[in-house]
Amino acid sequence: MGASQTRSENKYQDLADKTGFSPEQVENLHKRFQQLSGEEDTISRQNLDSIPALADNPIRKQIVEAFFDKRNQHQNEVGSFEEIGFEQFLMVMSHFRPPTLKTTEEEKEALRKEKLRFLFNMHDTDNDGTITLAEYRKVVEELLSQSGAIEDETAKAIADAAMLEVASTNVPHMAPDEFYEGITFEHFEQILKGLEMESRMHIRFLDVNTTTMRCGKLAS
Amino acid sequence: MDLSITRRTGVLLLIFTFSSLLYGSRGEIPPKPSSGVTIFTVKPNDVPQAYPEPEKTNLPAFTINYPRIQIPFEITLWVLLASFAKIGFHVYHKITIWVPESCLLISIGLIVGGIMYSVHEEPPAVLTSKVFFLYMLPPIVLESGYFMPTSLFFENFGTVLWFAVVGTLWNSIGIGMSLYAICQIEVFGVQDINLQENLLFATIISAVDPVAVLSVFEDVSVNEQLYIVVFGECLFNDAVTVVLYNMFNFVAEMPVVESVDVLLGVTRFFVVGLGGMGFGILFGFVAAFTTRFTSKVREIEPLFIFMYSYLAYLVAELFALSSIMAIVTCALTMKYYVEENVSQRSCTTIRHVIKMLGSMSETLIFFFLGVVTITTEHEWNWGYILFTLLFAFLWRGLGVLVMTQIINPFRTIPFNMKDQFGLAYGGLRGAISFALVFTLPDHIIRKQLFVTATIAIILFTVFLQGISIRPLIEYINVRRTNRNLDNINVEIHCRLMEHTVAGIEDLCGQWGHFYWKDKFMKFNNRILRKILIRDNRAESSIVALYKKLELQNAMEILDTVSGDISAAPSIVSLYEEKKNSAKPKKKLLASDLKQMHDILSKNMYKIRQRTVAYTNKHALPNDSHTKEILIRRHTTIRRSLRPGSFQSSVVPKSQKYFSLPAGKSLDSKCPPGRLSYADYKDMGPSRRSWFGQPTRSSSRAMIPLRRLDSLQEAPSVDMLDENTGEERGSTSRGMSRINSTSSDFRIPAPRRHFYVDNDSGSADNFINGHHEEAAVEEQQQQPVSPSPTWSAEPRDNATRNPLLRRPQWNPKM
Repeated sequence: MGASQTRSENKYQDLADKTGFSPEQVENLHKRFQQLSGEEDTISRQNLDSIPALADNPIRKQIVEAFFDKRNQHQNEVGSFEEIGFEQFLMVMSHFRPPTLKTTEEEKEALRKEKLRFLFNMHDTDNDGTITLAEYRKVVEELLSQSGAIEDETAKAIADAAMLEVASTNVPHMAPDEFYEGITFEHFEQILKGLEMESRMHIRFLDVNTTTMRCGKLAS
Repeated sequence: MDLSITRRTGVLLLIFTFSSLLYGSRGEIPPKPSSGVTIFTVKPNDVPQAYPEPEKTNLPAFTINYPRIQIPFEITLWVLLASFAKIGFHVYHKITIWVPESCLLISIGLIVGGIMYSVHEEPPAVLTSKVFFLYMLPPIVLESGYFMPTSLFFENFGTVLWFAVVGTLWNSIGIGMSLYAICQIEVFGVQDINLQENLLFATIISAVDPVAVLSVFEDVSVNEQLYIVVFGECLFNDAVTVVLYNMFNFVAEMPVVESVDVLLGVTRFFVVGLGGMGFGILFGFVAAFTTRFTSKVREIEPLFIFMYSYLAYLVAELFALSSIMAIVTCALTMKYYVEENVSQRSCTTIRHVIKMLGSMSETLIFFFLGVVTITTEHEWNWGYILFTLLFAFLWRGLGVLVMTQIINPFRTIPFNMKDQFGLAYGGLRGAISFALVFTLPDHIIRKQLFVTATIAIILFTVFLQGISIRPLIEYINVRRTNRNLDNINVEIHCRLMEHTVAGIEDLCGQWGHFYWKDKFMKFNNRILRKILIRDNRAESSIVALYKKLELQNAMEILDTVSGDISAAPSIVSLYEEKKNSAKPKKKLLASDLKQMHDILSKNMYKIRQRTVAYTNKHALPNDSHTKEILIRRHTTIRRSLRPGSFQSSVVPKSQKYFSLPAGKSLDSKCPPGRLSYADYKDMGPSRRSWFGQPTRSSSRAMIPLRRLDSLQEAPSVDMLDENTGEERGSTSRGMSRINSTSSDFRIPAPRRHFYVDNDSGSADNFINGHHEEAAVEEQQQQPVSPSPTWSAEPRDNATRNPLLRRPQWNPKM
């Protein structure tokens, strides 16, 4: 019993080093992972799809997909997993780690880039390094799908306008026969340059187990 | 303020007629029932004469009845004077950058006070307790409440409340206790100030005033978190201060304070705060619900907002609850729903009036601060005042330091040292403190000292800190946020991120802020909106922003083009106006202007009545055309094209090429089959039927039209299209129409030269067309599009703004 305890602690420690979470957070997330997977070692898309709280999220497909995307694993691989283990799960989660007071500017910049990359990957479903209009439209449509009154055309028009905006910001002087192929990551960075990501892409992972304190409202 | 003035005027006139006629005295006070403290003593040096003597029967040819109008007259003059001062500051723009406006106002006040003092004139007694709390304070807090950035506020709700409530308590108690300790030292000669009075005084001077700091923060664009915490702190700390003030005021009268009283005090504190909030929410919802039915009485729409907020304030006051809390929550609650319900112009009116009243109140208070500083008798006590300054500074710094340490672990983004410095240093004291101390009851023996000390601390903080905060903030380089990102991509991604984070939170089973936001939005969309909003289609913020930008853009162009939109309602809020003016104007080339003008005149139809010229008040335009702007726009384009242009037999086919700028580069790279064009096909007649009648006339009224005759020229486009169509064979087009999904849709470069390239045409052409009708630059006209039509057709011309370049529907049937 004692041995297994320490072993799991070591395991958590390893993962914590790798992902930057604290061991307690890792442990918490592991509990959640097991809860989601039904005590299995790996998690599949069905597991995630069946989370009731997620059902209303307009972009749940993209979110779930992000977990199975190899690009989000920091290992320069592409493609997607069928099932992911806890480590992969953690890796995806680690994109949302907030910076601490000690984080330096360079690290923050790197973090930001990482988050942008994550978003970019959510858009770029076919892995070709650009967000094409079709891809962009799809996301916008899904974003707007929540409010049922929005017609498809509106969504499309908005996506188109957004695309044009990117095009005109990034390539102000295009040759006459050029076309804007799609948003590359550089352009993506450019267009969201001034946007503050810090407050938006962070989750405060708790050190304590939340399942026991369900209603603990977080003062943020 | 003007509401209150008129009301007050009414009351005063009554009083005037029936009671004392304080002839000749400048200091006029409405007789007050009880403890209302007057600033200046009344000099009733005349026997009241309410009516002229009966025996004078001759009809006087010319009379002057100054007493009759004296009070409103003087108030008006004072308000005017203060307003002139405000205008004056902005004559030379740079002054207000480096010196906060409040400093300038106080300075002017000091000068005026100096003049008055030298001629032994006394300022009017405007600032009585009653006047202040019933008339001056509500506009100020209503303004802050209404313009509070809501989502930002709720994101930082915990921190804001923490700083506002605990921070104020900390400051009051800390300063009060320390001052009490100082009072024990005999050297200073202030032993007669007891603990309660010290606490009362400490409470008064712990109310911080946002205005000066916030304007600096806005200019420097410090990070949102810091901004909202200062904003929210100031707002709620007013509430806390006033509650504490009333409490201590009560306590100060008690000879002995028992522990039960303390306990009761604490309970009362919560009752007062939460009760006020409750009334605020109640009235907020009632207001929102009322505006659901005001579509027929647009003229008085804004009135409801003011009346309900004021009612919330008064009712809370009636039950001795926190009226500030009430009015702030009322404003927060109703804002969102009201702004959806009321027409755009009412919305603008509401914003402007709230701003106007708020800034007027504040201006007056600062102004009087200056005047009063000179004209009252002061009791100067070096020791007490210096220690007050010291403690105020010290406790604030300490408080921020300690409280951030406590709150930081709960924040996603902790405050760093620089933020903390900003918070601590931003603690200027202002109008509220001054007004509170001035309305202290007379039975406090050292009132004079308190007044002096408060004025000292206000002057000190406003001048010293207020002037130095900008360079300091810039020097230490506080983390900044660009808050002026008004583009669609950013909005889309903000939403995307929100959803992502909410989703991830769901996934990891930890419920953070986004979880609650998500839940609330759902509740809001399902229930609240249905009840409170007339046209309850939930509108995504993306769409909202899209519309806003489009509109802004259009107005900008209008501005440039006609130069005379004075008749047009301003569509942007005050903030936006400011922002716009700061933005470098988009340069528009002269040849564009006319074209854009035409675009606008054709396309800018009523968008929630935003662009309609003012009609007379009985004929406010009705709402039936309130539809999504773009759809309307597209439909109307189509309609406008229809009658003139489709006589030719090929109508159905060629119509859809309509939006194709003829000379536009036709990119042969794109195979004709891969078109997204047909996506738009389903913009069927059904939609068109939404708009029963063309609403064009209204916009015409406003814009001096120069040409709308593109219709006549349109047929030639048909010809062109036909030609190309014939050349290419109809297959490609058929394909394009059938292929409804845009597999590979490319966006044309915004600034592209046209070259004539008919043959590669068809498919891409009209894609370009609808992306770029508006996006074509002026050079493109000279490169002679084969069809003169297109240069004549206004829509193919560009504003360089991406939003007008936004794709438009091809007219098609």
